[in-house]
Formats: sequence, structure tokens, C-alpha cells
Amino acid sequence: MSYHSLEELSAQAKELIVEYVDKCDSLKPKERTQIPAQEMPTQDPLIRRTNLEEVAIGFSEDQARIEAMRCLQCVKKNCVQDCPVNIDIPAFVNKIAHGDFEGAAQIIKQTTLLPAICGRVCPQETQCQLHCAVGKALKDVEKSVAIGRLERFIADWERKNGKKVLPKIKPPTGKKIAVVGSGPAGLVVAADCKREGHHVTIFEAFHRLGGVLRYGIPEFRLPNDIIDHEIETLSQMGVEIKTNFVVGRTRKLIDLIEKDKYDAVFVGTGAGLPMFMGIEGENLVGVFSANEYLTRANLMRAFEKEKADTPIISSKKVAVLGGGNVAMDSARMAKRLGADNVYVIYRRTENEMPARKEEAVHAKEEGIEFHFLENAKRIIGDEHGCVTGMECVRFELGEPDESGRRRPVEIKSSEFIVDVDTVIVAIGNGSNPLISQTTPQIQVNKWGNVLVDKTQKTSLDKVFAGGDIVLGAATVILAMGEGRRAAASINSMLALERETEKAVKNSYAL
Amino acid sequence: MNKIIYKEQLSKDVFLMGIDAPLIAEERQPGQFIILQTDDDYGERIPLTIADADIEEGSITIIFQVVGKTTTELSLMEVGDYLPAFVGPLGKPTHIKNFGHVVCVAGGIGVAPMHPIAQALKKVGNFVTIIIGARTKDLLILENKMKNIADELIICTDDGSYGRKALVTEPLKELCERNKKPEMVIAIGPPVMMKYCSITTKPYEVFTQVSLNTIMVDGTGMCGGCRVSINNETKFVCVDGPEFDGHQVDFDNMIARLNSYKNIERQKQKCFVEKTFKAKEGVL
Ligand SMILES: Cc1cc2nc3c(=O)[nH]c(=O)nc-3n(C[C@H](O)[C@H](O)[C@H](O)COP(=O)(O)OP(=O)(O)OC[C@H]3O[C@@H](n4cnc5c(N)ncnc54)[C@H](O)[C@@H]3O)c2cc1C
Ligand code: FES
Repeated sequence: MSYHSLEELSAQAKELIVEYVDKCDSLKPKERTQIPAQEMPTQDPLIRRTNLEEVAIGFSEDQARIEAMRCLQCVKKNCVQDCPVNIDIPAFVNKIAHGDFEGAAQIIKQTTLLPAICGRVCPQETQCQLHCAVGKALKDVEKSVAIGRLERFIADWERKNGKKVLPKIKPPTGKKIAVVGSGPAGLVVAADCKREGHHVTIFEAFHRLGGVLRYGIPEFRLPNDIIDHEIETLSQMGVEIKTNFVVGRTRKLIDLIEKDKYDAVFVGTGAGLPMFMGIEGENLVGVFSANEYLTRANLMRAFEKEKADTPIISSKKVAVLGGGNVAMDSARMAKRLGADNVYVIYRRTENEMPARKEEAVHAKEEGIEFHFLENAKRIIGDEHGCVTGMECVRFELGEPDESGRRRPVEIKSSEFIVDVDTVIVAIGNGSNPLISQTTPQIQVNKWGNVLVDKTQKTSLDKVFAGGDIVLGAATVILAMGEGRRAAASINSMLALERETEKAVKNSYAL
Repeated sequence: MNKIIYKEQLSKDVFLMGIDAPLIAEERQPGQFIILQTDDDYGERIPLTIADADIEEGSITIIFQVVGKTTTELSLMEVGDYLPAFVGPLGKPTHIKNFGHVVCVAGGIGVAPMHPIAQALKKVGNFVTIIIGARTKDLLILENKMKNIADELIICTDDGSYGRKALVTEPLKELCERNKKPEMVIAIGPPVMMKYCSITTKPYEVFTQVSLNTIMVDGTGMCGGCRVSINNETKFVCVDGPEFDGHQVDFDNMIARLNSYKNIERQKQKCFVEKTFKAKEGVL
């Protein structure tokens, strides 16, 4: 992939659309697979690495229609099966191909609440796009129909054209639901339960809603405006929002049920406790967890240096440890905050890197340097306790491990020193400890993840859980999928309760 | 949004504020803290210990010293103003039981968080010795409140302007040397003071609990900004603390981490004070 400007891509699409627009319905499968896959227009890498604006600009209308025409409308619908919320993908793609964007939006909205977000951050290449027949025919998953980009296109189109329709809300039921945490899992539960007519309160520890969407995933990948827009929908639906409220501390979880009379509670408190490497020098000044670094940059707006109070060290040479999306986000953010050199240090090779390919490509374009088969051994500090360097060691690939990935083996005496002033540790998270610490009755596994049954119910009566607090650090869409399931369970539990209550009332009346 | 319902200046740089926060007042226990922001768009999140609470009034008391931009800004807020973000109570509460003889060492503004702890310890039947240290007489706060609780009260000033001219570690050492040494010491104050209290009691093997006030962001265990090294293990002050065994804390590392942003912070405070001052001049 190399960089092509928005103008270039739109111009090409303009020519192509003339060729295809009338044949939209009559194209043969072979012809469809020959339509050029549309590239996502982005900001110029040299410019974008100095700003926080969104990297990916989004398809033009022509591009979206051309991309949609590539879809074979196959009967098997592998894509739908691989979507955690089962969006009717061929149906909405077909609407786009015909230029009916409003129709496409309606189809998407039937099953997902946050398409603008999912279209941007879902790992489509391992989900819907993985088994796409077009990708299969062209023997390249990257040539699959760009379902995620189309989903985003529709969500953006709807937002820009002011076409937002509030979901229908049933008459009030008098039942109250507490949603703890406002990440994607919590937001979905709030919406789904509100639709049923229940009173819903979201409790969020931070002063802003959105969870990782807000404080973790950077503005340049997921603009805050988009999160605000989705949250506004919830407020308009009548969801009550309480920020600066730590369940377990401000109010015990049990008290929400016993004292405040909530009929059900959903725990979506997400991942927490960032992991560290356990190496010398890890608590030196200038060593951050990715969570802290990104929270300061995103939620606390360190990027706006003149305005923000949150301090962030002005780094020149930054090492990021890890190879996942979080590492990519940290590295790219460090660059935007003014670092001259940013190194991603990863123990294995590029092939094993868990980050989405697109993110790694974007990072490289922006000048992030990747160091594979290396790892940190010790962080070195000066007399003030500030980072001045890092000792690394080289690895080679050995035998495959249980996961099938070849295991990196340390090369003896291959240590060397890298000159850095900041180290960002992005090697994963444990679970958020607050609920288990303050609610001893709730069952968790040895990593602190809340245990749930098939319906997302925890060991406690009326208490459900989902998202990263159950799965360990996972994805936005999986968190949403769990939220959806939990909401369905809560709704049916409460429906049953209401029926019983009615029956009892009627029997009194007799 | 939480309203400031009273405000009092205790000494040159130290302020007391009552904040309307009924839920926090009801739940809080000695040793816990809150996190606040004076501006929820661009403001820093700072932790402050809860000094007192009034369940009936639904309020809590915070006492703070002006040290940086946020505390400067806070000190300029008035009764009736609202704090846009105010969250708590956070941290694990102090373990309160009858230990026997407990020495509470409070340095500077540390008297504020010590007050509810000493009160609770007294209530369950401990013999409570309180040592208060201040740089000079004018910086001494809450003396009367502490006098009401203490079975034994020792006041030290660095310059001898009031009480004993000594550092708090001197009387602490004497107490440890008594025939019957105390069962427990609790030290709250500037990190350096807590460090030297811990060094003082170590040879006598008197368990010494310190309350750490590190830099924080979320206060829920998500960011790790508050981490400290306890017996060579990394712990998070906001969820594992704020109280730890002083003999196991790596104070030098903690102090370095606390100072990480001193220069930036000072610069910010200076700009802010200049700006505010100019604005006020403009009004006059
Ligand atoms: C930097 C980064 C990049 C990522 N990139 C991607 C990506 O590209 N694609 C993708 O699919 N996934 C990505 N993820 C993962 C994804 O963001 C998470 O899996 C998802 O957000 C989990 O959602 P959740 O609702 O379970 O919890 P979270 O989003 O973690 O939200 C939990 C919320 O609960 C609040 N909370 C915690 N405790 C309490 C309490 N006691 N009381 C009240 N509130 C509380 C927290 O403040 C938080 O707001 C990324 C994660 C990070 C950190
Ligand atoms: S303040 Fe973020 S983990 Fe403690």
C-alpha cells in the first residue's frame, strides 16, 4: 500500500462509476471481482503525524458505490455469520450499490447501535471480511469487499445528513436498570434496555463517557465527535447519566439493588491494571503504561499543550514495548506529541504481530521504526530517577508453541543499549479490580475476570456482566455482542417479573 | 457537579473547604480520598484526602495546600461555586482496631487526613499519641481538634516558634525507646517525612503505616500512573493503597515520580497566577 490522495482516488472513482452505474444489477460475478477494490483515502502521512485529525478520511459516494458493486450477493453469507452482531451485510451493501444510503442505514441500525465506531475500529479482516467470497476468489483477504469501510461510510453519511432517527421506545415499565461503566458494552446495554421502556442509569467513574473509546483509542482513529454523537442519542432516548461515580466506592454494587432498588445491574467495567514487564527500572520517571499515556493524551487532551493542565513529558526518543493495537496507538500518539524518534520494540516478527495490519502500515508511513525480535531487559535511569536509556536483547524464532506461533528465543550475549527518554509499556491489561475488591460475593476467575453463564448472568442475583471485564482485553464489537446478550437476558428477566407481578395483582383483584 | 459550601483559610497556603457530596459523606471511611478537577475539559485530576464528613449535612471536608496550578485555581474558588468533577471515596479505608498504643505522626498538611484516622483509632479504645510537625507556628493546623482526641500530644516546629524545636522523628524515636514501645505508628505527611519516620522505627521493629499521595489519573486501577514499588513489587496506590507498610516502600523512587512534572507544573502555575492577577487588575 502506498499513499494516494483523496483527490486522486475520488477522480478515479468518478470515471469508474460512469462505466458501472447502469450495470449495477446485471454484472456477472466474474465482472464484479474485476472491479478495482477501492482504497481508503487518508491524510498525507507527513502532515497527519503532526495533527490529531482522523487519518482515514472515508470513501466518497462514488467509491462506496463501486466498492459495494464488488459484492457477489452470495447466498451463503459467510460475512454475516462472522459478524458478532449479525448485521445483514449483503442487504445493506446492495442498497449502497444502488445509491440508497438511507435504506442501507436502516438495515445496519436494525442490529447495531454504533456503526460509526465499529466501521472504524472493528478488526474486519478477521471477522466479516475473512471469509468473503470475493477475497476468496482473488485469494487475498485484503481484496475482500471492504465491509467495514462501507459501514462507516453509511454511518457518516447518516450523521452528516442529519438523518438520525431515534429508536422507538416502549412505554415505561417502572423497572430500573443500573449500567456500570460506559464503554461499548455498557452503551449497548443502556440502549437495548431503554428501548424496552425500562429506566436506565449509566454510572461512569470518569468525567466523560465512552470507556476505552474515549480515553484509549486516539482521536486520529476515532474522533471524539463521533462518540459524543452516539452518546447524545442515548441522552435523547432518556437514559440517565451519572459521571464521577465509582460503583463499589461511591455506592456498593449490592446497595444499588438493596437500597436504590435497581431491578438489574450490568457490570461493564472493562480492563484495568496495566501489566508491566517486571524488569529493572520500570518505575522510573518517563516510563508509562500505554493506558496512562493515551489517557493523558486523549481524555486529558495533552495534545493541546497550551490549554491542557495534564502534564506529559516532552519526549524526544520513545520506545514502545508490545505489538498490538495499543502499541500502535501509543507510538503514533508519541509521534504526534512531538517525539523525533519512536521505536516499536516487539519480541517476535512482523507476522506474529497482533496489531491490525492497517494500523501497522499507517504507523510505518508516519515514520515509526519497528524493531522486531528484540525485547527490553532493563530500563536505565539517571541520578534524578529519569529514563536515559534501555537495555535490549535480541531474539530468534525457535520451535512453535501451543498457539502455533514460533517461540522467540533469546540470543545469548546480544544485549545492546538504545538511547531513549521515554518508555511506553503496551503489553496488555489485567481486569478492573474495583468491583471484585468491593463485592466479595461476586465470583471471578484467577485473573479477576467476572464469571458469567450463557446469558451473561454473574453468580449474583440480578447482576449481569460483559465486555472486557468478562473476556479480558478483547474488542469493541465483542464487548457490544456481550452487551446485547446481557440486555436480552435482563429484558426477558424483567418481562417475566412483570408478568408475575401482574398475575399476583390480578389474583388480589379477584 | 459539587457545590462548595464553606471555605476557610487555615494558614498562608492552606485552605479548608466543605463540599456538598452526600453519597461520599455517607460511604467514606478514614484513610480514603477523592479526586477532583477544577475544569473538566482541560484540568488535571488531583487526589485529596477526605479530612472529615458530615452525613446529616451531606458534606465532606477537604484541606489542601497550594502547590500547583490546580490547587491555586481551587483556592480561588468561592462558596457557591461548583466543582465540575468530584469523585470518591477512593482507596482502601484504614484498618481500624484496638492495637493498644498507636503513635500518629502528622507533618504539615498531613494533619488533615490524620484527623479522621486518629479519631477512629481513639474511638475503638487505642491509647493515641499524636505528634504534629510544622515548619513554623503559622503553618500549624487543626491543633485544637487533635488536642481533643490525643491522649498525648507533641507539637514540633522546625524553627522552634511553637512547641518543641525538633523534627517529628526525634520524639518518635524517644517513644520507640520507651520500656513499652508503641504497637503501631501511622505517619502521614510529606514523602520525605514519611521516609524518615519509617527509617526511625525500623530498628525498633514497630510496624509503621504510611499513606501515599502519588500522582493519579483515574483512581480506579486503570492507568498505573500511581504505581509505587513495595518490597520490590509494583503496587497501585489508588486500589492497593493508599496505605502501605513504610518499611517496604521505595520512597526515593516515589519521590522521583512525584517530582516528574514539577517543572512543567511550576511553569503552568506561574502562567496561571500571572494571568489571573492581570485579569483581576483589569477589573479593578
Ligand atoms: C489503546 C486501545 C486501542 C484499542 N483498539 C481497538 C480497536 O482498534 N478495535 C477494537 O475492536 N478494540 C480495540 N481496543 C479494545 C476495546 O477498546 C475494548 O475491548 C472495549 O472498549 C471494551 O469495552 P468495555 O465496554 O468492556 O469496557 P471499557 O471500554 O473498558 O469501559 C469500561 C468503563 O467502565 C468504567 N468503570 C470502571 N470501573 C468502574 C466502576 N467501578 N464504576 C463506574 N464505572 C467504572 C471505566 O471508566 C470505563 O469508562 C483497544 C483498546 C485500547 C486500550
Ligand atoms: S490512578 Fe490510575 S491506576 Fe491508580
